[in-house]
Amino acid sequence: MRFYHRLASPRHFYRIAGQWIPWLAGIFFVLLVWGLYESLFVAPTDYQQGESYRIIFIHVPAAWMSMFIYFIMAVAGAINLVWRMKMAEVVLVASAPIGAAFTFLALVTGSLWGKPMWGTWWVWDARLTSELFLLFLYLGIIALYGAIEDKRTAGRAVSILALVGVVNLPIIHFSVEWWNTLHQGSTVSLMGGAKMDPRMLRPLLVMSFAFKFYYGWVLFLRARNEVLERERNTSWVRELVEGKAT
Amino acid sequence: MTPIRKKRLMLIGLMVGAVGIAVALALTAFNDNLMYFYSPAEITAGKAPADHPIRVGGLVVKGSVARKPDGLTVAFDLTDNKDTIKINYTGILPDLFREGQGIVALGKLNDQGVFVASEVLAKHDENYMPPEVADALKTAHNEGVAQQAAKSIVQ
Amino acid sequence: MSEFLRMGGYAFYVWTSYGLAFVLMTALVVSPLIEKKRLIEGIRRKLRRERREK
Repeated sequence: MRFYHRLASPRHFYRIAGQWIPWLAGIFFVLLVWGLYESLFVAPTDYQQGESYRIIFIHVPAAWMSMFIYFIMAVAGAINLVWRMKMAEVVLVASAPIGAAFTFLALVTGSLWGKPMWGTWWVWDARLTSELFLLFLYLGIIALYGAIEDKRTAGRAVSILALVGVVNLPIIHFSVEWWNTLHQGSTVSLMGGAKMDPRMLRPLLVMSFAFKFYYGWVLFLRARNEVLERERNTSWVRELVEGKAT
Repeated sequence: MTPIRKKRLMLIGLMVGAVGIAVALALTAFNDNLMYFYSPAEITAGKAPADHPIRVGGLVVKGSVARKPDGLTVAFDLTDNKDTIKINYTGILPDLFREGQGIVALGKLNDQGVFVASEVLAKHDENYMPPEVADALKTAHNEGVAQQAAKSIVQ
Repeated sequence: MSEFLRMGGYAFYVWTSYGLAFVLMTALVVSPLIEKKRLIEGIRRKLRRERREK
């Protein structure tokens, strides 16, 4: 409980996040090198799609991140609305550009995969459309936060938007089951296991863990900046800036 | 939890719940429009609109693909294992197009009941494996079928 | 090696995907680092100005 309270204070968050950053970055790079090696050299050619399926090792982890980060933002939004916790707001706002980037990456890599395999860059099926809607939610949150001058009001507004948008997540996930889509069903599921050769599944999981650590790393980088900006008139920030140049 | 926080929590719970129900209702109402394609059975049952182009999805029937001499026009049968419809298509096919493959075609039924497609997309499944595993699976499946067939003959 | 780069004829699609991931993820790390420098510079300048005014 004490750890939770310390993280809730901007000053301690800044310090603790600073300690975690090198570790998160380090673990990310180790997992990335391992994951890339497995993705490009170890994973065998697919019986149907040849080498083109190797896009999956970017596409699927990016798509998972696009939903995972949005979920974190919605939880942070709820915490902010109920407990008025400043740091939840910071996490929400700092996550948005990372989530938007992963959503964009999932959409573009999906397009680059769809062209050679399906025969089209884009279709308006339920999966693709709901993922595109997720990108608009992210962009909406970024724009709304930027448009409102008072940061506390802005934080509350984006908390509400993030929470309301959370209904899109089950739609994205179940779209391939609820409706006929061009997009295939889920390859990896918690209950059903994976419909994939183990040598292909391993790089997919390693890459998705790498992306998780990447998110932690970049989230802390961005959240620390957000804290610095919000607290720039406090004595601890002044001391920090005058002291060492961290 | 203080009463004011409890109240806020209930309010946001209500908010998300209300939006969720509204979206669920809207999605149910537009369910047909959210289907990217119809199955051959739905089309033969007359469920698809006849006046504008529709999409049909299913499996290309093995041994049904016939290429016309011009090299660009193909005719094949599409099935959902309930009903089968004939499809004509002129144009470039995706790399994955082959017999037994899932595809989605955009077009219209003509007077002879043939579906004339203007676009054919391949739909692949969610299974990924190397060719040798796929072959092994196929062999195992065929052997299984053969054994069952043998059993049924014996009985 | 060239066989590897060719990706069975799908080189453009595969390498564009990996390349875009690299560009986006690098930009997302570099931008907060630049932003931090700018922020600290700004706070420093303000502090100096305040001290001169005293």
